[in-house]
Amino acid sequence: MFLLLPFDSLVVNLLGISLTVLFTLLLVFIIVPAIFGVSFGIRKVYMKTLLKIFQWATLRIERGAKEKNHPLYKPYVNGIIAKEPTSLEEEIKEIRRSGSGKALDTPEFELSDIFYFCRKGIETIMDDEVTKRFSAEELESWNLLSRTNYNFQYISLRLTVLWGLGMLIRYCFLLPLRIALAFTGISLLVTGTTVVGYLPNGRCKEFLSKHVHLMCYRICVRALTAIITYHDRENRPRNGGICVANHTSPIDVIILASDGYYAMVGQIHGGLMGVIQRAMVKACPHVWFERSEVRDRHLVAKRCDRLTEHVQDKSKLPILIFPEGTCINNTSVMMFKKGSFEIGATVYPVAIKYDPQFGDAFWNSSKYGMVTYLLRMMTSWAIVCSVWYLPPMTRQPEEDAVQFANRVKSAIARQGGLVDLLWDGGLKREKVKDTFKEEQQKLYSKMIVGNHEDRSRS
Amino acid sequence: MTSEAGACPLVGGASLCACARGLAHGGGAGAGWPFAEPPLLLTGACRCPVRPGTARSGAEQSGARLGGPARAAAMGSRASTLLRDEEIEEIKKETGFSHSQITRLYSRFTSLDKGENGTLSREDFQRIPELAINPLGDRIINAFFPEGEDQVNFRGFMRTLAHFRPIEDNEKSKDQNGPEPLNSRSNKLHFAFRLYDLDKDDKISRDELLQVLRMMVGVNISDEQLGSIADRTIQEADQDGDSAISFAEFVKVLEKVDVEQKMSIRFLH
Repeated sequence: MFLLLPFDSLVVNLLGISLTVLFTLLLVFIIVPAIFGVSFGIRKVYMKTLLKIFQWATLRIERGAKEKNHPLYKPYVNGIIAKEPTSLEEEIKEIRRSGSGKALDTPEFELSDIFYFCRKGIETIMDDEVTKRFSAEELESWNLLSRTNYNFQYISLRLTVLWGLGMLIRYCFLLPLRIALAFTGISLLVTGTTVVGYLPNGRCKEFLSKHVHLMCYRICVRALTAIITYHDRENRPRNGGICVANHTSPIDVIILASDGYYAMVGQIHGGLMGVIQRAMVKACPHVWFERSEVRDRHLVAKRCDRLTEHVQDKSKLPILIFPEGTCINNTSVMMFKKGSFEIGATVYPVAIKYDPQFGDAFWNSSKYGMVTYLLRMMTSWAIVCSVWYLPPMTRQPEEDAVQFANRVKSAIARQGGLVDLLWDGGLKREKVKDTFKEEQQKLYSKMIVGNHEDRSRS
Repeated sequence: MTSEAGACPLVGGASLCACARGLAHGGGAGAGWPFAEPPLLLTGACRCPVRPGTARSGAEQSGARLGGPARAAAMGSRASTLLRDEEIEEIKKETGFSHSQITRLYSRFTSLDKGENGTLSREDFQRIPELAINPLGDRIINAFFPEGEDQVNFRGFMRTLAHFRPIEDNEKSKDQNGPEPLNSRSNKLHFAFRLYDLDKDDKISRDELLQVLRMMVGVNISDEQLGSIADRTIQEADQDGDSAISFAEFVKVLEKVDVEQKMSIRFLH
């Protein structure tokens, strides 16, 4: 320090003092409560203040729009066109009925049948149920982040100043703080689990492992400024069960694991994630699959076996699975893959609903990589979510795995206020299977020739 | 790098990148390069860091102009105000949609436009699962693309969708001074006719009807049965004896069908 010029030592001293103060504050207000699982309530106060500011901002934008006499663009989540929930048969019969007075019982072809397919097709072009689930939800009112702004022209000077201030706070104060916390959390997790891994198997190891995991996840929760409300905690997953939840982002894991001790299932990644995963498995029996195993369909049975044997040991931790298989934007729940529902264990459904106004947690993996995504998370205001623990469900004797999966999915959708869809989340990247089109064709051919189908390839 | 109208000043190639659209547009307040500093983030292939939305909306409105970091940070937003007011007025006049309907459909257009070049290709449409499972999905997609072209811009998109606007009462009584509105009964029927008429010769021949029927029923009906269905349909509709259905004959067959309702899509707002 004394090699520097004399006037620099003052700056360095100040820097040193402020850093020490910062770290003490960090320790006292964030890390220590994280270790013991208590909270000062600072984040809730922060959230309430933000809400008030957002309301004020919305009012100003609306006022600005009124002054300019323009209709304000408001995104509508429930669709922009009216869709009738009638079936193919009913619709075509109605078209034919209006066209001619002929008897409708005889199956035949009419030129007007094409209207049904035509209109249905154009309806889906204007607004379909699936593609909008793979991009971030549009907000109803602005939350002072430029990434969600659709109304650039109605921003007054005051709002711009507020936005600038907000950006300053987020990038210059909150971001470094959060990165420091995240760093602390992850390094503690890796070192803690490695150290615990050296202990001999027994109650002591389990106890320590559980608390190391919980502590580090809690630090990570604070690193994201996640404000989580847990409901119905008496239904929390128990040993020997499977916990299923809807999937919006990798943060789901942190949110659930900071309130319970789970065994995770997933693919082993490279890089930092891989290091964390390998360290975690030393202390706790997580189930990691190699990438090649995940792709190979023939090894599905092998995967199920591993899960089954884990589950059958009643003393083993509950497994955390996301049956959708991919991240969906938290406005709907898409098809659950039936694998985890065939095993026969008790299923503990969990519904996670994020409030996108403080920061959208959805990971659009085709647009952003993991690092960009984490940066976006850490420069949002906060991640606010609600977690509902639903009562456990078991497969009834008369239903098969697919029906059971759908039943669980409906329960989660209902609780979280999400739309229940039968579409596969894999449609994010893949084309839809031809079988669906063939079903439509079969339905229509019944209307033309009746039930004695003549099956011969043209 | 020469800056000819239409060429991107960054890349200089012939491909019209999104920024260059602004240059090509010219007139009005929308100069293509409204801000002082040149874009900083050149990443090889023409990935213009300045998305047209933020550029235009930032420059043209009298509100605050947001600087560099705002634009870079606004990568994820789908600004609904990409359209200039003049364009919205033109589309309104041509198609009859309201201001808010046009903005909403523009938002939809941009969300389908994965290539972010202001036009949609056939693949963009086929990415919609519910359209891909529609037996006539390909024919409907075809209706958007004019003869021989592979891309449709927003005007063309709206022009096709305008056929499905509901006919309002005050329009029915309008006199026939101006051009026929796109959503008239006759134009709706013409749209459906074009779905059948594969070679665009204004006649539905037996072969064309067979092909469309095959699309609608898949493998569930034999050739002979389908052939007899097609023959019967043509027999019933054909009046001038040319074994094909012309547009006039098509209209005659469907004169009682409530086309206005069955080929209309109502907006919720």
